[in-house]
Parts: sequence; structure tokens; C-alpha cells
Amino acid sequence: MSFKFHIFSKISAYLLGFVWILPLLYAFWAAFHPTEYATKFDLFAPLTMDNFVSAWDQAPFLSYMLNTVIITTLILVSQLFVCTLAGYALAREEFRGRNIAFALIMMQLMVMPEVLIVENYQTLAGLSLVDTHLGVGLPYLASAFGIFLLRQTFKTIPQELEDAARVEGLSGLAIIWKVFVPLAFPTYLAYSLVSVSYHWNNFLWPLVVTNTEASRPLTVGMAIFGAPESGVDWSVISAGTLIAIGPLLILFLIFQRRFIQSFMQAGIK
Amino acid sequence: MNKKVNLKAWALMLPALSLLIAFTHWPTLKSVFRSVTWAKSDMAPSQFVGLENYAMMLDDPVFWKVMENNLWYAIGTVPTSIALAIIMALWVNSKMRFTGLLRLAFFTPTILPMITVANIWLFFYSPNIGLFDQLLQMVNIDGPNWLGDPDLALPSLIFMTVWKEAGFFMIFYLAALQLLSVELYEAAKVEGASAWCIFRKITFPLLMPTTLFVLINALLNAFKLVDHLFILTKGGPNNASNLLLYYIYETAFSFLDSYYAATLTVVMLVMLAIIAFVQIFIFDRKIHYR
Repeated sequence: MSFKFHIFSKISAYLLGFVWILPLLYAFWAAFHPTEYATKFDLFAPLTMDNFVSAWDQAPFLSYMLNTVIITTLILVSQLFVCTLAGYALAREEFRGRNIAFALIMMQLMVMPEVLIVENYQTLAGLSLVDTHLGVGLPYLASAFGIFLLRQTFKTIPQELEDAARVEGLSGLAIIWKVFVPLAFPTYLAYSLVSVSYHWNNFLWPLVVTNTEASRPLTVGMAIFGAPESGVDWSVISAGTLIAIGPLLILFLIFQRRFIQSFMQAGIK
Repeated sequence: MNKKVNLKAWALMLPALSLLIAFTHWPTLKSVFRSVTWAKSDMAPSQFVGLENYAMMLDDPVFWKVMENNLWYAIGTVPTSIALAIIMALWVNSKMRFTGLLRLAFFTPTILPMITVANIWLFFYSPNIGLFDQLLQMVNIDGPNWLGDPDLALPSLIFMTVWKEAGFFMIFYLAALQLLSVELYEAAKVEGASAWCIFRKITFPLLMPTTLFVLINALLNAFKLVDHLFILTKGGPNNASNLLLYYIYETAFSFLDSYYAATLTVVMLVMLAIIAFVQIFIFDRKIHYR
């Protein structure tokens, strides 16, 4: 009974793993074979790069990718800066209203900017920031999650280190920069990976707030590219998909362990 | 001295607080204000209409359809994702071979953009030539039109959502499993407890804090994961797979009715508030943050 159960369990595990990776495997299959093999499997089907060429010709991937990189970087840099300051204040400073400020910040964990697309769009229109990189990034420049993670990490840094730095003559921002930031490096790395994969993949808000190639990220571009109206075939769509997810996927495969540990670490806090 | 410290702290908080207030709290309040006003057009001045928008909402069959769908979406995705995540974590944490590859396979959907992989799923679900229908043809079954059939559109979305989020939740269980004490299990084995008994009496209860954390996240996902609708069904056929957030988007940006969209947004905020309430007053007594 137990032996049979183990065999069954193992087979199910590998089967489920296969099912889970199947969409990606299919994308590779369809992208590297001629269109007529998109819907039928043949081990000896000829390989081709044509689908990548036509995908590349049919959509401005380079500008999409550039936009995604700019937006993701803008958001990450701002988040690291803003969350460090707030995280430090919440972890190490005594001040009246701290609990209220913390509670206000934590609200964003529940009410994500995606939910408030209607009003945030109006705000952006009022600021004339629709269809700009800054506009796509703006609602995400501060992150409750980032503040929370850094606060938790900063709390564990011994007071003696801060006192020693003060004796050395460092003050204020210099202490944060020279003592807290280096010691919290694993948290920064973990948070950055989570943030980058979130914003590389974010769709709804960028869809609402971009109109042209000037600011449209990969996700929004891919939605237009893959729309049935645009009459692209499966093989070309698969090639486009691989182009779009390529950079993040390669990064993920190289730093797989780091990625998974980061998500774990970010989750347990 | 004390006052100076206060100023410094608030200066450090200022960038974060002002950004969060501008894009979370202020728009939350503005949604409530907008939901009790109405205007003929964008140009016309808006006027106070009390609860008229809400009355209209209660008469809107699409609203009720969307709420019902969201309920099924939550029922379909939350328990399934959690159960699968636990099983995946147990597998990946076990002594079988290729656990590294398994972990990779389960986790990969997490880092793939929903919107981009939806294009691949669109092919899987397409009638006759799609992967699922081709597999069914092998056993001589005429496959359905997954996304075109009102009874199957929502379950098809649910299936893809579970695929997307289960591996993400697995990570948290994996982290928790690795912290469980080995002695406990050895003791249980000495006592001759069966695998199922060990899971039910030891592992599952010890994973409870993780389950509560994952539950909250899965519930939030049930309201905010709508990206795949844009590719797979657009809420159709005839709203059979429409969800609240997608309906808010449609109302605001396709039907251009920002007042009704604000009203729907308030409903969404109430839903999120209920989840927050459950977390703070019921669960947080059991999970302790330092």
C-alpha cells in the first residue's frame, strides 16, 4: 500500500511538473518550427528562425522593451530610496503618530493601485502625465511592501552599531547609507527581484495610462500584438512571447536559486 | 531635542507618505465622492445625486453577474491553489529525484507575465485545433469550445489562474516546511504513524500560519488577477466570465462612465476592507509579526 502510494505520488509529481511547464515548452516548440507544425507534433519537423524575424518585424519590440526597462528601473530606484527612508524612520525613530503612519502605509498592501485605476487615471490626466514613463511609474514609486520589509530588517540591526557610527561622527543620512543599507543588502536584493518581476509583468495600469509606442511596455504591446484582430499566427505569437519574456526568463534561470530564496524571504517576513 | 527628532522622522517619512496618500488614500476617498455624483458629460459640472448610482447598480444585472462570477472565481481558485501548493511543497521537499527541476517547473509561471502567457493558453483552449481539444480527439471525444461556452469560460479562466499562482504559494510552504523540526517526525515514525496521519496531525497544523497568510493573498488575487481576461474571453461570452475589476475597467474606459465605475470601485474597496478585517481581527491574533 505504502509502496504503491509512493510510486503514484512520484508519477503525479512529475506529471504535474510537466503540465506546469507545458505552456512554455509549447511556446518553444511553436516558435522554432514552421507554422504548419504549430498545431501538430512531429519530432522531425524542420527548425526555423523565421517566426522570430516576422514577430520582430510586426511589432516594435525594441521600443516596448526599452519602455519596460525604463519604467521598471524608475520604479525600483525610487522604491529603494523612498522605502529606505520611511523604513528607517519607522524602525528606529520615536515619534508621535508613528503607529498611525504605519497603519496608513500598510493600507496599500490591501488597496493596490490596480484597484484605483479610475481615479488615478484622472489624477494623471490632471498632471498631463498620461502616456509617459513617469505616469506609468508614479502610483508605484512608494511601496508599502518595501517599507514593511526594510522596517523589519532595520529593526534587527543592533543599536550599538548605530551608536558607534555616531561616535565616529557620522550623522543622519550618512548612518543610513553607511550602516543600514549595507547590512540590509540581502533584503534589498530580495525586494528588488520581487519588484522587478512584478513590474516587468504588470499590465492593467500600463494599459490604462499608455496610448502610444512612446511609453507602452512589453505587456501592453504583447496584448495588442496577440489580439486576434491583428491576424498573427500561433508560431509568430509564440516567437513574440519568447522575445517578450526572454530577458526575465534568462535572468531567472541564471539566478534561479536567488530568485526563489528572495520570494521566500520576502514572504516569511 | 524631542521635537527635532520628530521633524527628522517626518522628513524621512514625507516622500513615502505623500506618494502613498496621493495614489492610495486620496483616490480611495475620491472614489467615494465620485460615486455619489453624476454629470451628463465630461464637460458638464457634476452634481450630487445621493445613492442613485448605487440604486442603478443594484438594478444592473451585469453587476450581479460579475459578483456571482467573482464568488465562483474565488471558490474555484483559492482552495485549489492552496491544496496544490501544499502538495507541490511536500514533493519538492521530499527525497525523490529531480526535485530541483520540479521546483523550477512549478515556480516558473510566477515570473511569466500573465498577459503574455495568456496568448499561449488561448491556443490551448481554442476549439478543434487547440491542445486540449486535440488531446480529447485522441480518445475520440469532440472537445468543447472552452472559451466560447458560457458554462466553461469561467472554469477555463480559473484553471489558468491556479496554474499561475499555485507555484508562487508553494514557495511559502516550502520555506515553512524547511523550518519544521526533524525530531517531531522521527518521533511520529517511531510511534508507527502513517504518512497521512503524520500530515494531518503534525504537518498541516504546523503549517497553519502559512496557510492563513497564503489564504489572504489568494483572496486578494481572486479580486485583482484579471489580466488574462483581456486575451482569453474579454469577460464573455455575454459576461459569463466577467469579473469585478474587469467590469470596472470596461465601465471607465470602454463605456466612459467614470461615475458608475467609481461606484463599482467602492464595492471593490468594501470587499478588500472585509478581507483586511478578517486578517487583522481574526488571523493576526494567530500570526505574530515581530
